[in-house]
Amino acid sequence: MKRTGAQMIWECLLREGVETVFGYPGGAILPAYDAMLEYPSIHHVLVRHEQGATHMADGYARASGRVGVAIATSGPGATNMVTGIATAMLDSSPIVCITGQVGSKLIGSDAFQETDVTGVTLPITKHNYLVTRAEDIPRTFREAFYIAQSGRPGPVLIDITKDAQQSTAEFDWEAAAPRLPGYRPDLRALPSEYQRAVELINTAQRPVILAGHGVLISGAMRQLAEFAEKTSTPVALTLLGLGGLPASHALNLGMMGMHGEAWVNNAIQEADLLLAFGMRFDDRVTGNLKTYAPFARKIHIEIDPSELNKNVKVDVGLVGDLREVLDELLPEVAQNEHAGWLAHIDEMKGDSAVRDIQNLPDSGQLFAAHVINDLWRLTNGEAIVVTDVGQHQMWEAQYWKHEQPRSLITSAGLGTMGFALPAAVGAKFACPDQEVWVIAGDGGFQMTMAELATIAQEKIKINVAIINNGYLGMVRQWQEFFYERRYAATPLFSPDFVKLTEAFGLKGMLVTERGQVKSAVDEARAHPGTVVMEFRVEQEDTVFPMVPAGADLNAMIRRPKPEAEVTAVQTEVAAVQTEVEW
Amino acid sequence: MQHTFVAYVEDKPGVLNRVASLFRRRGFNIESLTVGHTDQAGVSRMTIVVDTDEFGARRAEANLYKLVNVLRVEDVTNQASVVRDLALIKVAADGNNRTHVMQLADVFRARVVDVANETLILEITGTVDKIDSLVDVLRPYGIIEMVRTGIVAMRRGSAAADNRPPRVAAQVPGEPADAAVSYSV
Repeated sequence: MKRTGAQMIWECLLREGVETVFGYPGGAILPAYDAMLEYPSIHHVLVRHEQGATHMADGYARASGRVGVAIATSGPGATNMVTGIATAMLDSSPIVCITGQVGSKLIGSDAFQETDVTGVTLPITKHNYLVTRAEDIPRTFREAFYIAQSGRPGPVLIDITKDAQQSTAEFDWEAAAPRLPGYRPDLRALPSEYQRAVELINTAQRPVILAGHGVLISGAMRQLAEFAEKTSTPVALTLLGLGGLPASHALNLGMMGMHGEAWVNNAIQEADLLLAFGMRFDDRVTGNLKTYAPFARKIHIEIDPSELNKNVKVDVGLVGDLREVLDELLPEVAQNEHAGWLAHIDEMKGDSAVRDIQNLPDSGQLFAAHVINDLWRLTNGEAIVVTDVGQHQMWEAQYWKHEQPRSLITSAGLGTMGFALPAAVGAKFACPDQEVWVIAGDGGFQMTMAELATIAQEKIKINVAIINNGYLGMVRQWQEFFYERRYAATPLFSPDFVKLTEAFGLKGMLVTERGQVKSAVDEARAHPGTVVMEFRVEQEDTVFPMVPAGADLNAMIRRPKPEAEVTAVQTEVAAVQTEVEW
Repeated sequence: MQHTFVAYVEDKPGVLNRVASLFRRRGFNIESLTVGHTDQAGVSRMTIVVDTDEFGARRAEANLYKLVNVLRVEDVTNQASVVRDLALIKVAADGNNRTHVMQLADVFRARVVDVANETLILEITGTVDKIDSLVDVLRPYGIIEMVRTGIVAMRRGSAAADNRPPRVAAQVPGEPADAAVSYSV
């Protein structure tokens, strides 16, 4: 059948099972938008900024495991997408971005709203396409969706010229099968590598599993738990790995890395075998590579071969889908007991509980960690939480106990402020029956708060908790520790968030005392529409423990014990600083 | 050390940019890069020389494979292979020293491809070292301009080059290079 290129775009999206797209119209994408009216079964969400569209597609993808779709016009529309694309790239999130492009005859002429979008996005996409002919659209879409979600997922961008959208060609979906002779997402390790891995696993005395985003992406939650239980191996999680093993699981140590608990990082440093499952040894996880896990052999299971030996040199690299690799390993590895090692890790927890803010005497102050922990309890831990970037993000990781995969959505690799609110919109469209909470700082929220208008227009229900400490908190924390409390450009004015929210026709609430938290959260959850809650928390609160950037993983700044002097933090910092070359 | 990769890529717009961008992005310095057609329609062949260690070479290879348009990559550094560079050298040579220059060209198996009153153009094919040596001995006469193509490489022996994608497994550098080596799936 004959179709215009514009119609083909929607025909392709229909066939890929797309139900919701997030976009913003403009000149070069107008033909596609005009054709959209003929395809009412696909719901279009009008965003307020194209960055929001990409984060929504990203949130949609992470909540559902399906491909998220964002649409924008050429030039500024496309360049506004860059941050969202880079975010999806670093967190291996499958999204397809469709951008209009000026007519093919005008390409290279610096025409109105022309940008070399494939050039701009080349290093931040898994792959991208410039389509100049309508007949190329079906194959391009099939390839794009296949590439985005296979192997290590990632963003794919399709830039379509206006004339390609306007011209007519034969549309034959069946005939347009992907032609990707060089694309191999189905890589497998050699049997000899498996044997070496099994030997190392069976002889290890102090093993630790490092579980990352790959556990969720490949759906290896059951395999991870079985492997940990059979081999009696404790599991440390990356930020994106949270939920890969239930927080209540006896072998779950918690989050590792810069703001991981002390015993987790210490266990890694003392381990004699590290089993890296679908993670990439990011610098926020390893600290100083020269002193990282010095006694440990390393086995790295990873679907992307370029990650092997990138940061940490490994003894065995097993390329493949984590779930399949674990299915192969599980029958081969021996049942094991590491009672001594597990007891030792328990001992290392030592005074951590005493230092935990949850156990400090209630001074009547409102701490972010309290708010987040209360939110977790009041929602029975069943909500999808979407966090922004900064202190609240780390407190969420520490004080929200994730039992389910895909219950935390956050920008980890790129650390994109402003991610939370739009990503939560995407998550809500992916999982309309689930309760969705945004936890954002006062800084990050203000970056993309215009999407409140999108929320109002779409009449969706999410709950937003703004953790307002009047500072760009994480940057302030670094200034406190490493720049002699010289708070350059971190004190932050905020609008009256309640009034602001009300201006969008939504419900705003202000909470300033811990005693109000429960009733306010109950009220917000019961409200049928979106609620934005501002929590005015302690201004100079700090995320502990902290491994300074580039320091040894076990060189942690700890939260001072309750009886310690106010200056104790500086003592802790100084103790670490003497060990580190800044 | 210098690593020489031979990469088969789809002959599509922008592929050279993708490959070059990858090396820039990952912090590798390209010493030489050549592209040309192969005997197969739609497939181009690149020879890329990069200064890096063994780990870097494995990483470069793995990253090349991540490019959707790259079909196959071979690291021919430690393989018996023919490696050639080509240069055109315009050298100052008038009636007084033309014979000297032509004798030198002869010794290096270089060909004279243009003669003018004041200059000669020499064409030489060979290893990088050989061409460097010729350039050194010509320099005193005065090199007016020079162009080199960058190297092309091909493995010796009768095994035909295979541009189908291989099966890839992780190879850990430093391990004995046994038969099971490596990039194989």
